[in-house]
Amino acid sequence: MTLAELRDRLPYQPLSLGIVALLASAALSVAYSATKEHIAAAELHDMQMSLAQVLPTGFTDNDLLADTLTLTGPKGQPLKIHVAKKAGTATGAVFQVAERGYAGDIVVLMAVDAQGTVLGARVLKHTETPGLGDKIDIAKAPWIESFAGKSLAEPAPERWGVKKDSGVFDQFAGATITPRAVVKAVKGGLDFFTAHRAEILGEKTS
Amino acid sequence: MSDESYGGIVRDGLWDNNVVFAQMLALCPTMAVTTSGTNGLGMGLATTAVLVVSNILVAAIRNFVSAQVRIPVFVVLIATLVTLVDMVLNAWLHDLYKVLGLFIALIVVNCAILGRAEAFASRSAVLPSTIDGLAMGLGFTFALTFVGLIREFLGSGTLFNQASQLLGPAFAFLEMRPLPDYGGALLMILPPGGFAVLGFILAGKRVLENRRKARAVPVVTAPQGA
Repeated sequence: MTLAELRDRLPYQPLSLGIVALLASAALSVAYSATKEHIAAAELHDMQMSLAQVLPTGFTDNDLLADTLTLTGPKGQPLKIHVAKKAGTATGAVFQVAERGYAGDIVVLMAVDAQGTVLGARVLKHTETPGLGDKIDIAKAPWIESFAGKSLAEPAPERWGVKKDSGVFDQFAGATITPRAVVKAVKGGLDFFTAHRAEILGEKTS
Repeated sequence: MSDESYGGIVRDGLWDNNVVFAQMLALCPTMAVTTSGTNGLGMGLATTAVLVVSNILVAAIRNFVSAQVRIPVFVVLIATLVTLVDMVLNAWLHDLYKVLGLFIALIVVNCAILGRAEAFASRSAVLPSTIDGLAMGLGFTFALTFVGLIREFLGSGTLFNQASQLLGPAFAFLEMRPLPDYGGALLMILPPGGFAVLGFILAGKRVLENRRKARAVPVVTAPQGA
């Protein structure tokens, strides 16, 4: 029987499709196990890089990726907190906050020192309009650096907003919702830190 | 379709039968990623790589695949390929992946790849299929980069912004800012700008071809085809 005749037989169809699917899955599982560790290492490296961006150099001497605790975040979700320590004493914390922007969630990584002052913040993920809202990204504009040094005392809580809402933070021409969401996210993070300060810094006596 | 010579295949892919400008396929990625020349280039190159490999594979197994199950077989092949590219880039070229990652998942839904598998590779030998994949991919890259550059220029007054992130620091010279004080036209960055630019390009291409045809009329040509 030639290949052409065989090809038109009914059993040939599911069999050939099955073989292709089997080979494809085999290739995928081989690739998955070959790349799994590399991908995890690359993501770990990414996390280290962004941690290093929000913390001033020399601020910590511990492994932030190992010193973590998980609390219930501002929106009821589990929140992983990286505790910064220097010579064994907790000096601050790094964690992620998220707020809904103009087009989807904006994820912000922020670092706070023990007094509740923002050390730095970076937008990790966003889907804002290119050319308008994406100025929150450090690659596009230095706007996000304006959070460094701010706390709930300075400026006062009611001034935590964009200038249009009589706050202290700049908005962008044509995009107010995006910076408003980032300001809200960082303020939410500070509120959260203040409420759980003792727990995060390990000062709880109980 | 023009002649079957390699030159004909290349011309088909780059211009006569260009994926975007002539076949009007793959308009979804065309609209979605062409907000800048760099994005268009990145998407185009990633798609070219997948297109070449999928054409080779499809041409290699074309005699074993029956007409009844060929579409699911091609879909499985293309999806597997794209996933493999995604994992490999993520693992070993992580910096490039951070720039291209968004585009790679979009390649799965690029109908041009299935289109080439079906229209060309499933009925041609491996070598012509490879050339077809390369030519179609480069034509697609050209179309995306062209649309992207026009939108970027009109929309934000830059050219190849952030090209060094995609291609490496050596290509920083590509980044230009021809209109330094230009405030930008948001419309061009948003999807309507993409449709408008593509419409003007298609109209321009048609005018160009009609003119060429009109000029060719007096010349008596040999009858084509058989």
